[in-house]
Amino acid sequence: MILTNTTNYFGQLVNYLSEQMGIGGQILAYVLVAAIYLSFFAVAGLLLVYVERRVAAFFQLRLGPNRVGPHGLLQTIADALKLLSKEIFGTNRKDNLLYKTAYYLVIIASLVSLSVIPFSRGIQAFDINVGVFFISAVSSVGVLGILFGGWGSNNKYSLIGGMRSGLQMISYELSSGLAIITMVLLAGTLQMSGIIEAQRDTWFIIKGHIPALIALFIFVVAGTAESNRTPFDLPEGEAELGAGYHSEYSGMGFAYFFLAEFINMFIISAVGVTLFFGGWLAPFHLTDSLPWQPLWGAFWFFMKVAVFIFFMMWFRWTFPRLRIDQLLTLEWKYLLPIGLVNIILMAVLVYYNILISF
Amino acid sequence: MEKILFYILSAIIIGFAVLSVTSRKLYRATIYLLFVLMAVSGLYFMMEYNFMGAVQLSVYAGGIMVLFIYAVMMTNNIGKPLRSISTKRKILPFIIAFGTAILAIYAIYSYQGIANVHEATITSVDQIGQKLLSYEKGGYVLPFEVVSILLLAVMVAAIVIAKAKKLVNQEKN
Repeated sequence: MILTNTTNYFGQLVNYLSEQMGIGGQILAYVLVAAIYLSFFAVAGLLLVYVERRVAAFFQLRLGPNRVGPHGLLQTIADALKLLSKEIFGTNRKDNLLYKTAYYLVIIASLVSLSVIPFSRGIQAFDINVGVFFISAVSSVGVLGILFGGWGSNNKYSLIGGMRSGLQMISYELSSGLAIITMVLLAGTLQMSGIIEAQRDTWFIIKGHIPALIALFIFVVAGTAESNRTPFDLPEGEAELGAGYHSEYSGMGFAYFFLAEFINMFIISAVGVTLFFGGWLAPFHLTDSLPWQPLWGAFWFFMKVAVFIFFMMWFRWTFPRLRIDQLLTLEWKYLLPIGLVNIILMAVLVYYNILISF
Repeated sequence: MEKILFYILSAIIIGFAVLSVTSRKLYRATIYLLFVLMAVSGLYFMMEYNFMGAVQLSVYAGGIMVLFIYAVMMTNNIGKPLRSISTKRKILPFIIAFGTAILAIYAIYSYQGIANVHEATITSVDQIGQKLLSYEKGGYVLPFEVVSILLLAVMVAAIVIAKAKKLVNQEKN
C-alpha cells in the first residue's frame, strides 16, 4: 500500500526490510521512517526557534541569543530541556480528554503534512496523487486541535483564542486553496512530485507571470494567517488574551504547540516553494550534471525554503497586528474576490497558451 | 497488515460512533463524531482512494465539524451533562434504529456478490475530472455544473454579506 514505491528511498527501505524479515521488517521500516520524520520535526523546530530569535534581534538592532554554545546555537536546546523538566499542571475542572488530545492533534496534523513534502528527488515518504490537496485537508484538522485546547482549558481567554483561531484558519484556507488551484492549473496534477517535474524548464512563477504573482501574494498572506503569525496572531494576542489557546498549557504541552507552529511555517514555505519556485530543482540547471543529485536537490530546496521563511519572519517585525474585523475584511472583501478572478485569468491564459516558457 | 489496520479502524469507528450517541455531554459527543469521520477517511486511504479520503478529511473533519463545534457552543449548558430522556420516549427511536440495523444486516447477507477479479486500480484525480465533465453516458456534467453554480453563488453571497453594511449606507444616502 503506502510507501512501496521503488523510485523512493523510503520505499526502497521498506521493500528491503520486508524482503529480509517479512512483516516484522515492514513494521520496523515504517517505525524507522516515522523516527526519521520525528527527529527532523524536533531538529527543524528547534533550529527555527533559534533563527526566529536571531532574525528578530537583527531587525531590532540587538544581538539575540549568543551565550550558550557557539553563536548561541545551544540556547534553544537549553530551553527545550527546561521545558522538559517543568511540572505539567492545568486548570481545575478542565475537560481532561480534550485538554490532553489537543496538542497531539496539532502535532500529528503537521507531521502528516510533512510526509507529503518532497525534500528532494525520492526523499518523500508519501507521494500520493492528491498531494497538495492532502496538505490543505490535513492542516484543516490541525485547527480542531487548537479548538480543543481552547475549549478544554476551561478558561475564557483560551476559549476566545481558540474560536478566533478557528475562524481565521477556516476563512484563510479558502484563499490559500484558491491560490493553490491557480498554480495547479499550470501543472495539471495535484501530485507534489508531478508539480515539480512540470517546472523542469520554467518555474511557475515565471511561466504564469501576472496571475502567478497575484497567486503568490495571496498565498503568502493566507499562509501567514494560517500559521497564526504576527500580523495575524490574534488567537494568541498577548495584550488582550494572555497567550490565547495555549495559556493554560505548561511544560511540554506548551512546547508542542510552539513547535507545531514553527513546523507549520516550514510546511507553508515548502508548499510555496514547490508551487512557485520549482521545489528542489536547481536554478538554471546549475547542478544537474554533478554527482549526488538527491543531496543537491535537498540543498536547493532548503535554500529556497530558508529565503521564504526569512520573508515570513520579516513580516513579523514590519506589520502591526490586525484587528479581528480588519482580518475578516481583508479575507472576505479583498483576497477571496481577487483569488476568484485570478483563477479565471489563469484559466484563460492556460487555454490560449499565453505563457512564458523557455 | 491491511487486515489488522482494517479491524483497528473499524473498531475505532464503531466504538466512537456508540460513544457519540450515548455521551451525556454535547461537546464530547461532537468530538467523538469527529473521530468517527477521521477513521472513515483512514479507510479510504487504506483502499488507496486518496481523493475521497482527502475530501472526507477537509470537508467533514475540517469544515463541517468546526461548524458543528461552533453551533454546539451556541447552545445552553454545554459543559453540564444533558438530562436523561424518559423511557417512554426511548421506545420509538429504539424500534426504528433496531429495525434499520436488522434490515441492513439482512441486505448485506442476502446479497450474493460478484467475485472481484479485477486488480485494484488507483483512481487518479485526472480520471475523476474527466468523468465529472463528460457529457457522454455515465458522465456527470449536469449535476457538476449545478453544484458548482450553487457553490459559486454561496461564495458571492458571502462577499455580498460582508459588504452589506456599505450597501445599506449607500441606500440611506
